[in-house]
Amino acid sequence: MPYSDKVLDHYSNPRNVGSFDAADPSVGTGLVGAPECGDVMKLQIKVNPATGVIEDAKFKTFGCGSAIASSSLATEWLKGKTVDEALAIKNTEIVEELALPPVKVHCSVLAEDAIKAALKNYQDKQDATDAPAEAAAKPEPAGV
Amino acid sequence: MTKMPVYMDNNATTRTDPRVVDAMLPYFTEKYGNAASRSHAFGWEAEEAVETARGQIADIIGASAKEVIFTSGATESNNLAIKGVAAMYKKRGNHVVTQATEHKATLDTCKRLERDGFQVTYLPVDKFGQVHAEQVRAALTEKTVLVSIMAANNEIGTLQPIKDIGRLCKEKGVLFHTDAVQTVGKVPLDVNEMGIDLLSLSAHKIYGPKGIGALYVRKKDPRVRLEPQIDGGGHERGMRSGTLPVPLIVGLGTACEIAKREMPEEVKKTFALRERLREGIMSKLPETYLNGHPTERLPGNANISFAYVEGEGLMMGIKDVAVSSGSACTSASLEPSYVLRALGVGDELAHSSIRFGLGRFNTEAEVDFVVELVVREVTRLREMSPLYEMVQAGIDIKKIEWAHH
Repeated sequence: MPYSDKVLDHYSNPRNVGSFDAADPSVGTGLVGAPECGDVMKLQIKVNPATGVIEDAKFKTFGCGSAIASSSLATEWLKGKTVDEALAIKNTEIVEELALPPVKVHCSVLAEDAIKAALKNYQDKQDATDAPAEAAAKPEPAGV
Repeated sequence: MTKMPVYMDNNATTRTDPRVVDAMLPYFTEKYGNAASRSHAFGWEAEEAVETARGQIADIIGASAKEVIFTSGATESNNLAIKGVAAMYKKRGNHVVTQATEHKATLDTCKRLERDGFQVTYLPVDKFGQVHAEQVRAALTEKTVLVSIMAANNEIGTLQPIKDIGRLCKEKGVLFHTDAVQTVGKVPLDVNEMGIDLLSLSAHKIYGPKGIGALYVRKKDPRVRLEPQIDGGGHERGMRSGTLPVPLIVGLGTACEIAKREMPEEVKKTFALRERLREGIMSKLPETYLNGHPTERLPGNANISFAYVEGEGLMMGIKDVAVSSGSACTSASLEPSYVLRALGVGDELAHSSIRFGLGRFNTEAEVDFVVELVVREVTRLREMSPLYEMVQAGIDIKKIEWAHH
């Protein structure tokens, strides 16, 4: 199957590969997918608590070239956005930007899920800081 | 200098040997007669070429020329063998025995038989992909008319103990068909010694042209009869009508002739290249696994799983090498290879598998290039893999509750 130039570019030169300390309260972590399904994405955001702006983002992905490209693109788009703006990112925009064929749309869906999961994890941490008693009930995502 | 891209998918198809092409060419432009034309020299010339090819094909499997029926390829051969026997012998019984890792041309043919009222037993395989004669023995009933077990698997290269199974079938008086499409020219085959009654083969897996195959149909002890699946002019002893594609048949015959003559040398060379590749990759990369049997396998096949790296993603990184993957990322089903699943390879490792198929035209320089490229890309992709990171951190990824999608 031919890949678009943008997918090839993100695959060969992935942006923002890496990890933040998941225990850092300013970091939100999303881990989605499953190894048996052939796709796992870990996406992390680092938010400036004063401004609510995502200052940095990182990812690691187990998957095909389109899955790697989708998560790489997602980290690029997340940087500089507020949490609310980030929530508005849609998988269809990723499909369009990377010219993903129909069989690869699920990669973009997974990237959107990863964004939402990271944002939720960050929000949960903020809520827990506001109400420390609840903290124990909000475990970190498994395995990160 | 290694020419790019490197072709290492010889289990899928092979380059037509230039010697085969040379043998075929006159039959397009000069000797273009219909082999069924009895009334002029063009027809006689074509018929002679067809009969020479029939002999060359029979020779590589220890058969006699009259037992070879031409088809469009192994898919048709499998269809004709299985459906043809089932229809011809249905008064005797309605049970067929096969196994889980057969090619779809066999499995889907058997599924159709089931829809038509037949019963089919799909034997499971062991962790190396082998089925054993004792399993076949236990599956046989008074209604069994056919056992169909491939000689070697196309994905993992595992050789089946067809001699044991063939002998059992002889002892029990059940017909034995084998899909030998991957095996002809790579492993010596003898239909009499191995108790084979029907054998499918194809030209394009042995450096011949696409679109031509053959079915061996035993003529005596016992004489196997088949219900034809294509009706018409009564060609091929009435078992397969249709004008014979003489140039393709000449190609198949020549391919068999070369394969038989060069097999001893070629097997040695292909095996050495395969081992150089396998050893080169697996000694440099931890957590890589050879799928299939460690020794009972096709000389040119290496099917390797690279833990924590997805197969299709890896193929993109090694796009200068033509290989295939057990990952089903390209298919809409998201299901990885049914063959690897049948061996009990977990879905995660099935998604991480790459099939390398070495053949006649591969070189040591190509193998060295591929080893270096694969090692570099797997290392890079592991650095990018969240699974690898977790394992490095001591987390058991099997214990994580993944959200299946």
